[in-house]
Amino acid sequence: MSRIGVFICHCGENIGRTVDCARVAQSLGDLPGVVHSVDYKYMCSDPGQVLIKQAIQEKNLDGIVVGACSPHMHEKTFRKAAASAGLNPFLCEMANLREHCSWIHEDRELATEKAIALGRFIVEKIKYNRPLSTIYIPVERRALVIGGGIAGIQAALDIADGGRDVILVEKESSIGGHMSQLSETFPTLDCSQCILTPRMVEVAQHPRIKLLAYSEVESVDGYIGNFQVKIRRKARSVDETKCNGCGECQKNCPNKKIPSEFDQGLGTRTAIYVPFPQAVPNIPVIDRASCALFRGRAKGVKKVVCGKCAEVCGRNAVDFDQQDSFVTEKVGAIVVATGYQLYSIGKSQELDILRGYGEYGYGTIPDVIDGLQFERLASASGPTGGKILRPSDGKEPKKIVFLQCIGSRDPAKGIEYCSKICCMYVAKHTMLYHHKVHDGKAVVFYMDIRAGGKGYDEFVRRAIEESHALYLRGRVSRLSRDGDVIRVQGFDTLSGEPVVINADMVVLATAMRPQPGIAALAQKLSVSYDQHGFLNEAHPKLRPVETNTAGVFLAGACQSPRDIPDSVAMASATASKVLGLFSKELLEREPLIARVDRMTCTGCFHCERVCPYGAVERKTLTDSKGRIIKVIAEVNQGVCQGCGTCQATCPSKSVELDGFTDEQIYAAVNAI
Amino acid sequence: MNIGYFPGCSLHATAREYAESLTAIAAALDIKLDEIKDWACCGATSAHSTNHMLSVALPARTLMLAEKQNLGRVLAPCAACYNRLASARQAIAKDKEIAGRIQAILGQSFENSVQVLSIAQLLSEMTGEIRDKCKRPLRNLKVACYYGCLLVRPPEICQFDDPESPSSLENIVKAAGATPVQWDMALECCGGGFSLSRTASVVRLSRSILQSARKAGAQAIVVACPMCHSNLDFRQGAINMRDNAPEPMPILFLSQLVGLGLGLDPARLGLSRHFVSPQPVLNFINAVKLQAEDREHA
Repeated sequence: MSRIGVFICHCGENIGRTVDCARVAQSLGDLPGVVHSVDYKYMCSDPGQVLIKQAIQEKNLDGIVVGACSPHMHEKTFRKAAASAGLNPFLCEMANLREHCSWIHEDRELATEKAIALGRFIVEKIKYNRPLSTIYIPVERRALVIGGGIAGIQAALDIADGGRDVILVEKESSIGGHMSQLSETFPTLDCSQCILTPRMVEVAQHPRIKLLAYSEVESVDGYIGNFQVKIRRKARSVDETKCNGCGECQKNCPNKKIPSEFDQGLGTRTAIYVPFPQAVPNIPVIDRASCALFRGRAKGVKKVVCGKCAEVCGRNAVDFDQQDSFVTEKVGAIVVATGYQLYSIGKSQELDILRGYGEYGYGTIPDVIDGLQFERLASASGPTGGKILRPSDGKEPKKIVFLQCIGSRDPAKGIEYCSKICCMYVAKHTMLYHHKVHDGKAVVFYMDIRAGGKGYDEFVRRAIEESHALYLRGRVSRLSRDGDVIRVQGFDTLSGEPVVINADMVVLATAMRPQPGIAALAQKLSVSYDQHGFLNEAHPKLRPVETNTAGVFLAGACQSPRDIPDSVAMASATASKVLGLFSKELLEREPLIARVDRMTCTGCFHCERVCPYGAVERKTLTDSKGRIIKVIAEVNQGVCQGCGTCQATCPSKSVELDGFTDEQIYAAVNAI
Repeated sequence: MNIGYFPGCSLHATAREYAESLTAIAAALDIKLDEIKDWACCGATSAHSTNHMLSVALPARTLMLAEKQNLGRVLAPCAACYNRLASARQAIAKDKEIAGRIQAILGQSFENSVQVLSIAQLLSEMTGEIRDKCKRPLRNLKVACYYGCLLVRPPEICQFDDPESPSSLENIVKAAGATPVQWDMALECCGGGFSLSRTASVVRLSRSILQSARKAGAQAIVVACPMCHSNLDFRQGAINMRDNAPEPMPILFLSQLVGLGLGLDPARLGLSRHFVSPQPVLNFINAVKLQAEDREHA
């Protein structure tokens, strides 16, 4: 026979106002197996907890039911109290008399009846509770950071500085990300590369960071504390151990006319190249799609068409036969920091919901460019050496029209969210333009100015008042070429007049979108994403850098559009989460997980198919002579989240969820 | 191929040349145009600017008649008719309340099963046949393809081509052997139904279209809407008067251009019915023909 104690909390007036707590305690006290039943004003207070502890010891209780608030609120509190009195904490359960009863009902009589029923439910369930013990999982205290932009760099440095090893994987040949392409940054106008490059170098030199550039995550297995990550090291065609970054190969490459991705197509590069002079690692890569030698090979030409780079390399570092290779790393946590791409303005779109902007002639009118292209024009390291010149004829534009919200906040074009950074960088662009072309006129078409942030609104005011940018509230319907100029047809909603402006150049502030391939990566990591591909955080307010997959964390614009300060803050937050996880050698997990009965499991693996976390593994049972008896399902304790889907699915009733066994649930249901 | 045919008022009146040329190319492309019996006005402008239910009921009646004739698809060559028919079809499909009221107004069973096609949609399906049968007399003839406002818009009704940067007319024109030019006014408004009530606005809007086409080097403008045609053709005299009388710009219906490309007799294409003579285009074709003959002789 059980010896159960029942403790009914008034929660001040919260429960007591609608529920007659004394009657609930009395009624539950009459149930068979209940040997102690009391009510108290605040059960979670210290005196309240003392009541519980005393009762456990004096009456030798073997199970307690606390009728109070939601278990989300205080289950931990009461289980801890039970444990300190020597009772297994999983023999303590809560009946939710507040959120499930008093807060949602008015009739005291009926509410009291319901509270008694809820209490009876848990009393009958707890009779079948077994003592459970916390599960401990060893933690591999190394982290993987995916993406070497500013968010990934910051996360990697913070974790490494916290004393843990980090593997930083970057798909491009150099780290730095989009920030390395920017000219100056808002709201202080400091040079982007000047503040970023030292951090890049720090990454390369940090003894605890292993940098794998030009690499991509191939597959991810395992679970929190114990991930096995297979990484594809793409063939650079240059031996990283031999190359000293002298640059001779680049100088001698005959193919110099390839549009540079780093310069957003406004400049050119060679086939063997370093994307920008400050690249980390400073090792070139051969673009095999453009290199004459590889194109020759692809066509089946026997003769070696070119080999200039190998000829001039003093260290024999160029290796045309290099193949992709794979490394497997064991890590305990993964940080995703894959960043963003810009909405492509032209007609071809990768997703059906995106409509593009045929009316703006991007791609057909050369002087219609996007924000990142303007950054390259304004950058001292850019194709024009920092002079603002038109791509079409190299002339200095005397009037530039900036269009905000291109793609963003426009459901008709497929994106309803605000990209957050555009208002600020357009203001910055107008300032940079004013600083470089004193007699130039900047006109901005905007929907609203969203300048929330420290020093942000002041910055926009400076653009308007000191750099004399003309801000027009309204949209532009069409851009068309009119001889040398671009005809901008728009509408000024404040004056209620249509406006036509002849501009020398037009800059489109296009929406931020997640990186291409984000869905594939998210699937490898079992992380969910929204309809736009942005990765989902575990809780929008309270768990912003964690995902629903334990051990996988987020940083930067892969989660939603973010500027540099936000990305860095988020990266540091993520690093602190990772370091927190790594602070112990063993990870504690609640033991409320699924268990398979070896005797009755028939090995149908329905559970394997329905498990959303991939926690079910196959185990071969053999006899003493090593002969196979059968293959059965087994639950990985580190991965199981205790959702119970397998339990509901199992046709032979061989799966039980500890803490929620069939026996417990039936007993509880029969009690009401 | 059999297809339902909704001529609308203009193809029987002011745009008879559109109907004539359409009949001619349909025969050449083995399309049988099956005119809907007892069709009524599509309701363009007058109905939809005064009574929403009437603007749906009028085209619904026509679609019901087409359904009775077992026509799976109906061609509405006039862009305004196309817009009304397609809009009504979608309004009925999307809104149960409207569907119920329309059913009551019609008083007969109606499944809303008839698909509505614009001429751009129909000929886009047939570019292969057009290319095969093309006699290439239009080689190097530069034309500006003018869509106007309703041929590919609104996108949720048309669900065809890019509403802001379309290319279907260009593809048809290319298949017919002519050369489309890149220009900026392909989607701008010609003034539409304001032709009589606000002529000055129509003249101003149509002028900028003509100027842009001329600047792009076009020798003719191709249209697929009787209203656009009337504004650009009939009003061109008034427009050119103030423009220091530049060369007149022939305005051709898409069907006329395709007909010329297929080598049909210009007399069957209604080319003589225009206010601006298309003679320069015919002269160009003759010159091309003479060159080809010369080459053959040589």
